Amino acid sequence: MMPVPSSVPQPKDDFQEELVIRPLHSGDIYASFQFRTLWETDFMRGNKVSHYRLFPKSLGQVISKFSVRELHISFTQGYWRTMQWGQPFLPSPPGAELWVWFQDSVTDVDGTWKELTNVLSGIFCASLNFIDSTNTVQPSASFKPLGIGNVTDHRFLRYATLPREIVCTENLTPWKKLLPCGSKAGLAVLLKSEKLFHSSFHSQAVHIRPVCQDWQCKTTSWELRQTLNVVFDLHTPGQGKLEWSLFKMFSRTLTEACPLASSSKIYIDITDDPQGEQFEVSPATHLLSQAMVLGDRRTFSVYDLTQQITFGTVRSLNLLIRWKSRDMLRPLLHAERYVAGYGLQTGEIHTLMYNNHPYRSFPVLLLDSVPWYLRLYIHTLTVTSKGKDNKPSYIHYQPSKDRVRPHLLEMLVQLPPNSVTEVTVQFERALLKWTEYTPDPNHGFYVGSSVISSLVPSIVAMDTNSTREQPLFSSFFPCKEESSYFMRVYTEPLLVNLPTPDFSMPYNVICLTCTVVAVGYGSLYNLLTRSFQIEEPSPGLAKRIANIIRKMRGVPPL
Amino acid sequence: MGLLSDPNRRRALISLLTRLNAPICVVCYMAGVAWFMGLAFEPFTLRTYMSENAMGSTMVEERFPAGERALGTGREFSAHKKKAGGMPVDWLVKTMQSRGLEVFTQRFSRRLPFPDEDKERYMVKGTNVYGILRAPRAPRTEALVLSAPCSPGDDNNQAVGVLLGLAQYFRNQVFWAKDIIFLVNEHDLIGMQAWLEGYHHTNTTGMDWSPLQGRGGSIQAALSLELSSDVVTSLDLVLEGLNGQLPNLDLANLFYAFCQKIGVLCTTQGKLQRNDWDSVSGYSHAVQTMMLMVMKQASGRPWGDHGLFLRYHIEAATIKGINSFRQYKTDATTIGRLLEGMYRKLNNLLERLHQSYFFYLMPSLSHFVSIGYYMPAFGLLALILLLRVSFQPRLLTTYLLTDGVPGVLSVLTPLVISHLTGVALYTLPIHFQEIAVEHFPVSETEAVVLTAIAVYTAGLALPHNTHRLLTGRGTENGWKVLKLVAVLYLAVLLGCTALINFSLGFILALTLVPVAAFVTPDVPKALSAFIMVILSPACTLLFSVFLFQELQEMPVSFLDGWMLYLSVISQGILDHALYGSLVYPLVALLVYPCWLLFWNILFWK
Repeated sequence: MMPVPSSVPQPKDDFQEELVIRPLHSGDIYASFQFRTLWETDFMRGNKVSHYRLFPKSLGQVISKFSVRELHISFTQGYWRTMQWGQPFLPSPPGAELWVWFQDSVTDVDGTWKELTNVLSGIFCASLNFIDSTNTVQPSASFKPLGIGNVTDHRFLRYATLPREIVCTENLTPWKKLLPCGSKAGLAVLLKSEKLFHSSFHSQAVHIRPVCQDWQCKTTSWELRQTLNVVFDLHTPGQGKLEWSLFKMFSRTLTEACPLASSSKIYIDITDDPQGEQFEVSPATHLLSQAMVLGDRRTFSVYDLTQQITFGTVRSLNLLIRWKSRDMLRPLLHAERYVAGYGLQTGEIHTLMYNNHPYRSFPVLLLDSVPWYLRLYIHTLTVTSKGKDNKPSYIHYQPSKDRVRPHLLEMLVQLPPNSVTEVTVQFERALLKWTEYTPDPNHGFYVGSSVISSLVPSIVAMDTNSTREQPLFSSFFPCKEESSYFMRVYTEPLLVNLPTPDFSMPYNVICLTCTVVAVGYGSLYNLLTRSFQIEEPSPGLAKRIANIIRKMRGVPPL
Repeated sequence: MGLLSDPNRRRALISLLTRLNAPICVVCYMAGVAWFMGLAFEPFTLRTYMSENAMGSTMVEERFPAGERALGTGREFSAHKKKAGGMPVDWLVKTMQSRGLEVFTQRFSRRLPFPDEDKERYMVKGTNVYGILRAPRAPRTEALVLSAPCSPGDDNNQAVGVLLGLAQYFRNQVFWAKDIIFLVNEHDLIGMQAWLEGYHHTNTTGMDWSPLQGRGGSIQAALSLELSSDVVTSLDLVLEGLNGQLPNLDLANLFYAFCQKIGVLCTTQGKLQRNDWDSVSGYSHAVQTMMLMVMKQASGRPWGDHGLFLRYHIEAATIKGINSFRQYKTDATTIGRLLEGMYRKLNNLLERLHQSYFFYLMPSLSHFVSIGYYMPAFGLLALILLLRVSFQPRLLTTYLLTDGVPGVLSVLTPLVISHLTGVALYTLPIHFQEIAVEHFPVSETEAVVLTAIAVYTAGLALPHNTHRLLTGRGTENGWKVLKLVAVLYLAVLLGCTALINFSLGFILALTLVPVAAFVTPDVPKALSAFIMVILSPACTLLFSVFLFQELQEMPVSFLDGWMLYLSVISQGILDHALYGSLVYPLVALLVYPCWLLFWNILFWK
């Protein structure tokens, strides 16, 4: 045995797991898993890291090989219904989304990006290798680094979405394998694909970023956050009370925390009814926790899985909730998008952004990445709210290049209070080359979701309830941190039909064209260009001799 | 081609065509008509077959159980409809919400250009209610539509009941991959037009509607349901849409396949199919079915609520429940199952319906005539025009060369005048209705129709020899140039029309081609004028009205027929104003002026 040199400190790593369950207003139930691995190490500057404990080696190697500073990848099946469900903890667009900040030491960003997508494609068993220059953009403002670091030069940022990507078990398995306990223990035992994919919405993501180790930020460590969000449909007609339990949703109950985890908790959002009139949670817990989530002060019941007492006498935890569903909640910001017009020549993309705040306006950043085969007429871009022209204060537009790169449109728009802001832009559908069509061209072509990022005024700040116990000095001015919160909203992707030839036709067309050219055109051309003369039949021998004699006599021939 | 490059043979051919021009034209005409009649003969047609693989081989199981409950909902709807005196918006919203749909409403209003006396409406105000069933784990990119109209009186209550029953049943299924939109539209086509324009954010006809709040992406297919009785004997499939557009044949095949599977009697044009194609009555039955389709298609109006979807490249059809005196009845559960099966198959679609034909005629629901088979019938008629242009003995270009080209004005003047008449026919009826109502004891609708007829008739009496005033001398052969232009004009016009709407093109060709072929200034005036009037577009329409009634086995007396004729004209103008049907402008602005040119030639001096 080689003695471990004392100069190399043991890597300090830490793993936490968490499940948040929120009964939604529509009567559905939202479960959000978060697994966080923190590791105080340095992948950069030629540092060869070879000893991995909790952090997955495959991702560690990706970070060091491609000099990744931040990596965010999500796979989503379904569309988050903001109008019914409110805001998710971590938003994601339908399909696959990948955005990466590279270190400023990277010289060939595009090459590295290409290699990285191919490697990730292998790691997550997804078609990320379809990410190329035609669907990659460099947003100038919408995607800022979420970890520490001061490089915000967007030359080192790459953003791509694959709206058509379908997420299934084959993507879930490699994702689960990145967890320290796999799916053997802890919260991950609940992640059974037959239940997870029998839901209204499914989204799984991996976020890697450098974070501060402590509040002084003397040392940095790498954070790997794996999240999985799922919404189960609990629609049962004609039933007032809804019922939910861990077993009913996941067909498993919990028996232990992941032994490697330093913390393992389940939170249940009981904000809407802390008195327990509408809500019934069993087994009951006295641990309550308050937190600021998306501008709202929420109350949670907490179950700590590291405590044996949580599992009770049956050594198994099966949470049960009964509640009543209520009216829809109007989210402060939501957006939708659609294609207007008919016919296969032109069209118009409409993006609607709703600000439902009664009296405050706030700015939003709109990011649109449109494939080159929809040729945007940028001079037709209009932004209107409340029937008036709304001039964006910042526009970043990068025109597309055919077959090379997509359109990128970023705008900073001020949304007036209680209004709908409509962004419209016309486009023309390009006629593709016949090899460029997908195998199912009549299905249509996808345009990825547009991204709306915003600092939304908090509901708490507009809370006029003064009965809450607060020191007077703290309640006079709204606190800066609480006055607004960051929110990102994705619109639905678009399915656009392009003019499509009938692909069974080429054979017929080739045959017909060849026939027409060979027979029809050839002879017609012949007829038109040739001049016809009636040729005298050659005279007989006697006549020829007679003519020779006549010629000698100087008389005109017969 | 060897034939043509040999000058002797070419000369012989030309002389043959020139000499036998008239007989050849007659033969072509007869052959065209015969070809068309032969299309309905079963051995000449193709059996329908499913082209779309995604709908063909997959099995679906229909389990819709709640037909009785759906009828109960329909009765409830009817009660609320009576109470509300129109669309029971609140009740529908609540009912759809309780079935787990996302529900939205759309208000619309429209002032018709003149009162519609058939449906008794002028200022139309209404509300559409639609609920979207969101498919789990689908990103809102594709949708299917099921619609039922909220009709006045006791009509179509059962359709709404079945629609709501299906919504409830569909909500609990997990296999949906496309959002399903359940739409109840008020004021039939006007509501549908408002909804479709709102959905696609277009405004082609100047209607007022409130924008839609919820959408489901691009609509792949739509069915419209009309059901006015608890049990039906058969289901009728209506395909003809706006401007004679038809949905993909696979949609008809799908309906037929499920009718066969479930054992429901199905019809098209209200006619069952018969197996005795070799008997005379069997053949004439097929001809009647096909002729009805041709007449409906030629009219260019939407024959069901589905008709407006086709403009947006959405395959759509209307399914109509028919309750006759037959013994065999089908209940609502079976209809629900049929629709469930159709929607499950449509849900399986990977691409839009595109595999099968878009241009076809149906002599019965199981047989069709594709464009390749019916176009020769029109081609034979169009050939007459070409023969007349190139080989008519006295219309040869050599004449023109020897005579010298007559002034452009002598040709241009009749062209301009007849087109101005056409513009008058297009614009005056609607604009003059107020003046007409003031001065004559007629209603607005009558005023519009009678103005149209008056302008039409006045066009016949226009001065026809203006070219002499302008050029100062009457050219002997001026009419030949005019005829050349007119025949070419007609050929292009009919050719284009037939490509878009075969039926309309064929019916117009049947009447206009003989006129174009025989008319010269030398034929006996009175008789020819009479024949020309008989074959003019307006009389064609009149005959079509009678023929249509005859084919539907509802013959009418002459007076009723005349009233029907007047209402058809007003409906045609309304269809143009409300939904953008192109038949009225086509006839007024192009066909009628073209016919006037021939009229002009007849009276050339």
